[in-house]
Amino acid sequence: MTVHNLYIFDRNGSCLFYSEWNRKKQAGISKDEEFKLMYGMLFSIRSFVSKMSPQDMKDGFLSFQTSKYRLHYYETASGLKFVMNTDLSVSNARDTLQHIYSNLYVDLVVKNPLVPSCQPLDSELFGTRLDSFIRSLPYYSPRAA
Amino acid sequence: MVIFSVYVVNKAGGLIYQYDNYVPRTEVEKTFSYPLDLVLKHHDEKVIVSFGQRDGIKVGHAVLSINGADVLGKNTADGKDILEYLKDPGNYPVSIRFGRARLSSNEKLMLASMFHSLFAIGSQLSPEVGSSGIEMLETDVFKLHCFQTLTGIKFIVLADPRQSGIDALLKKIYEIYSDFALKNPFYSLEMPIRCELFDQNLKSSLEVAEKAGNFGAGS
Repeated sequence: MTVHNLYIFDRNGSCLFYSEWNRKKQAGISKDEEFKLMYGMLFSIRSFVSKMSPQDMKDGFLSFQTSKYRLHYYETASGLKFVMNTDLSVSNARDTLQHIYSNLYVDLVVKNPLVPSCQPLDSELFGTRLDSFIRSLPYYSPRAA
Repeated sequence: MVIFSVYVVNKAGGLIYQYDNYVPRTEVEKTFSYPLDLVLKHHDEKVIVSFGQRDGIKVGHAVLSINGADVLGKNTADGKDILEYLKDPGNYPVSIRFGRARLSSNEKLMLASMFHSLFAIGSQLSPEVGSSGIEMLETDVFKLHCFQTLTGIKFIVLADPRQSGIDALLKKIYEIYSDFALKNPFYSLEMPIRCELFDQNLKSSLEVAEKAGNFGAGS
């Protein structure tokens, strides 16, 4: 039961924040390329899902799972994208991501007049609060299964 | 609890089989007077709503028919350009039917190849060692299940999110593929599947899966 990593993208595709807790395998490409690939994959998945969907959707793409991990996705109305990779035991992390957005991101980053928008997040307070929040999650355990 | 469609993709990413079991058609027909309060635009040989929402007509819906006559791409049934037709106040009041645009077979081919690549990227970006590609993709309206065989063929099923037994259904479709497509001496590998027995057996196994909600040993 664990959380592997978390990405936050803005509406233009630049990665504002990335943090990892239990990642066992790196992607084999540089971090910048990985962020671009991740954003590109999510953009394509959203476009794919809107075309394939048999009916009109409200929330759109929620998550996907492979044999080893699950990717959870949450997008705000302002185009901010929260992406979290966990192991397979976590079925729904939408509330967690929504909490990260409304209680951590909005309070500590948006309301902070000194944080520039569209640039990678430098806020130490956000980093530590997020880290303690993730570690306090019921499905997080430091030694992954 | 319903299964929407089945796609089979070969190892190069090309679509070799597609079957739509159930496609819900939400269409709205309304009479409009000049001026039209929805903003329409051309997109991909269709006319779609780009701004404006009323009475079940949403952004992204396409113009399906005007005054009862089905449209042909960007033109009305008579061959006139739709946007020009709707700019002329003399043509009002007009009755237009809007709805989700049907996917053309070209679009389905492109979407299947798109998924083939996304499947591979899902495996590359994995934070864990030895991950497969995307096996299940969830949205609020449908769930997409994918089973990749050892030979690289992908069986993709789009179903209702609450439908269970899809894993067993995917294995069953693989069985049907090997029995009625691969063992057919006139079928060439990686080519589009045109085998009647494959179609028939696929349809009946979809019916069984939908009715049972639980096929064989369960999901």
